[in-house]
Amino acid sequence: MQTNFQLMRKLLMVSLGMFAFGYMLVPLYEAFCEWTGSNVLSLSERESKNSMNGRAGMPLNTQVDTSRTISVEFDTNVRGPWNFAPMTRSLNVHPGELVTVMFEFQNIQNRTMSAQAIPSYAPQQAASYFNKVECFCFNQYTLAPGEKKLWPVTFYINPKMSKDVKTITLSYTFFEVGSSV
Amino acid sequence: MSSISHSDGGFVDSHGHDDHDHHPHGWRRWVYATNHKDIGTLYLLFAFTMLMFGGVLALLIRAELFQPGLQIVNPELFNQLTTMHGLIMVFGAIMPAFVGFANWMIPLQIGASDMAFARMNNFSFWLMIPAAVMLSSTFFMPGGAPAAGWTLYAPLTMQMGPSMDVAIFALHILGASSIMGSINIIVTILNMRAPDMPLMKMPMFVWTWLITAFLLIAVMPVLAGVITMTLTDRHFGTTFFNPAAGGDPVMFQHIFWFFGHPEVYIMILPAFGIVSQIIPAFARKKLFGYSSMVYATASIAILSFIVWAHHMYTTGMPVTGQLFFMYATMLISVPTGVKVFNWVATMWKGSMTFETPMLFAVGFIFVFTMGGFTGLILSMAPIDLQLQDGYYVVAHFHYVLVAGSLFAMFAGAYYWLPKWSGVMYNEARGKLHFWWTLIAFNITFFPMHFLGLAGMPRRYADYPMQFADFNAIASVGAFFFGFAQVYFFFFIVLPCMLGKGEKAAQQPWEGAEGLEWEVPSPAPHHTYETPPKLNAEATKVIG
Repeated sequence: MQTNFQLMRKLLMVSLGMFAFGYMLVPLYEAFCEWTGSNVLSLSERESKNSMNGRAGMPLNTQVDTSRTISVEFDTNVRGPWNFAPMTRSLNVHPGELVTVMFEFQNIQNRTMSAQAIPSYAPQQAASYFNKVECFCFNQYTLAPGEKKLWPVTFYINPKMSKDVKTITLSYTFFEVGSSV
Repeated sequence: MSSISHSDGGFVDSHGHDDHDHHPHGWRRWVYATNHKDIGTLYLLFAFTMLMFGGVLALLIRAELFQPGLQIVNPELFNQLTTMHGLIMVFGAIMPAFVGFANWMIPLQIGASDMAFARMNNFSFWLMIPAAVMLSSTFFMPGGAPAAGWTLYAPLTMQMGPSMDVAIFALHILGASSIMGSINIIVTILNMRAPDMPLMKMPMFVWTWLITAFLLIAVMPVLAGVITMTLTDRHFGTTFFNPAAGGDPVMFQHIFWFFGHPEVYIMILPAFGIVSQIIPAFARKKLFGYSSMVYATASIAILSFIVWAHHMYTTGMPVTGQLFFMYATMLISVPTGVKVFNWVATMWKGSMTFETPMLFAVGFIFVFTMGGFTGLILSMAPIDLQLQDGYYVVAHFHYVLVAGSLFAMFAGAYYWLPKWSGVMYNEARGKLHFWWTLIAFNITFFPMHFLGLAGMPRRYADYPMQFADFNAIASVGAFFFGFAQVYFFFFIVLPCMLGKGEKAAQQPWEGAEGLEWEVPSPAPHHTYETPPKLNAEATKVIG
């Protein structure tokens, strides 16, 4: 049997050890969070963490449905004295994936014009699943004679969209605002 | 050895109980106290004083919440009251009271002459006085007392006035005191038992305290660590918890609750021990499932280290983490259930009588189990997200801490008071105290379940009209409850301390077993100066 003092010494060591353990919880906590990625609170932080590990520096989006690919076609109707065309004619995207495409517009008249684009979709049932985060069609634009613009459309397709839809056509038509066409 | 039959009744005290006054008199007896019984008494009186102080703070809280609007205290003071009520009740009342019970009863129950380190014992007690004075004095400091809640969450603690530093220092001292106390208890239990008492024949109170003491030396240093981090964050340029400099306030909660969850078992395991002694005594049966009781206590202690984050479901933890802590928490209800069923099985077909200790013990089982069930409800992450930081939580932890720990301590006090004082308490007054306490307790805390379910958040000085009725009921109950404890001291404990009343027999309870009943009442100043020889069950001295 150990004497009282031997036992006390051991128990004191235990409590000193636990004091140190309390401090050790700090690096342990950080290591655990790093390992599980559970304390990464912002997308930008997540992006930099991924690229540090040598993986693609793309934002991680867990809602992309990679099992499906949808072909998106872009179309423009020119209804007036201007040039209007998509930079990309068609694109394959996964539902949930965030995509940006550009459209080019030029006012070829010698007068200032105001105009707004109106989108339409084919098939119609796809319209409510086609979520535009950013689109030039949200605003009216006033363009000086000969002025040229590059406009982005940022969108994703809601993964809940029916599996029957394989191709979506997005068509824009420009209308001049407040003129007597 | 087991064939030696003991002689009941005609037992002559022959193994060195010494009532000769070898101790100093007057104030020196208490200040220089090294006798475990004197120190036990000091601890218990200190804890009762703090209970009254914490109780006054609680009554101020309840007075403010009696009706909607701000009447008595301003919100700043209200936050200080809730914080200090929690700190004082946990560190000043419940923990020291159990250490007091341990000091008094453990050497008596294991046949030891005293605690292993008598002077360290004195030091552990007298450290608590300056700590308590410091903690209480924070009310008079600039900015008032700490107001960050008893959990002292960062980053709020970073913004408190100088009183926070004083409170942290007081907690350091209280922690040191309780680590010393625990080491003393472990060494006493492991090294100083009567040679005939193997570990698996120790009384349940000794077992639960052994396990509690191990929990204490494992987690009190972690608390010391985390409040030291807070202190260095405040004054010495470290940034453990300051998010502006790369720290993480959520980490404070993780480290705090790594201490905090075992801490709640520290406050309940000795209560289990006391109840496990009293139920068999008044059911006149052996404790049902002694070894399963021991293993259940140990399992609760071990599991208590892996459930801490159930206090933190709303911190943005991943679902996997929530699930882990949810299932681990629910797992604890298994050993706890084993204990409750064992108590019930002990009572089953027993020849029960309901003296005050038994009333409090049975009341404990009834009300503590209700607190246990609300705990099970709160352990479910999806429900906890709704109830977090509301009055349902307040009701839950008062059901387990007041109706759990405090009721068990009342039970223990009534059970051992004849042994401590040599005088039988007044049974009628004891019964009155029990029913008064039980009813007032439920009037106070039962409505808080409804308040919590209706969405009333805790730690606010004011509340909307729809909570008015239940709050008024709770406040009335709280005052009712508080006066019951004043009655307990002045009409039950004080007469015993003054020696007024019927003289207690050496063995005042017919069915009680254990070495504490083998010494005269009141217990002489020195007992078991030579290790006693025990019978096979290690419950009786045989010469």
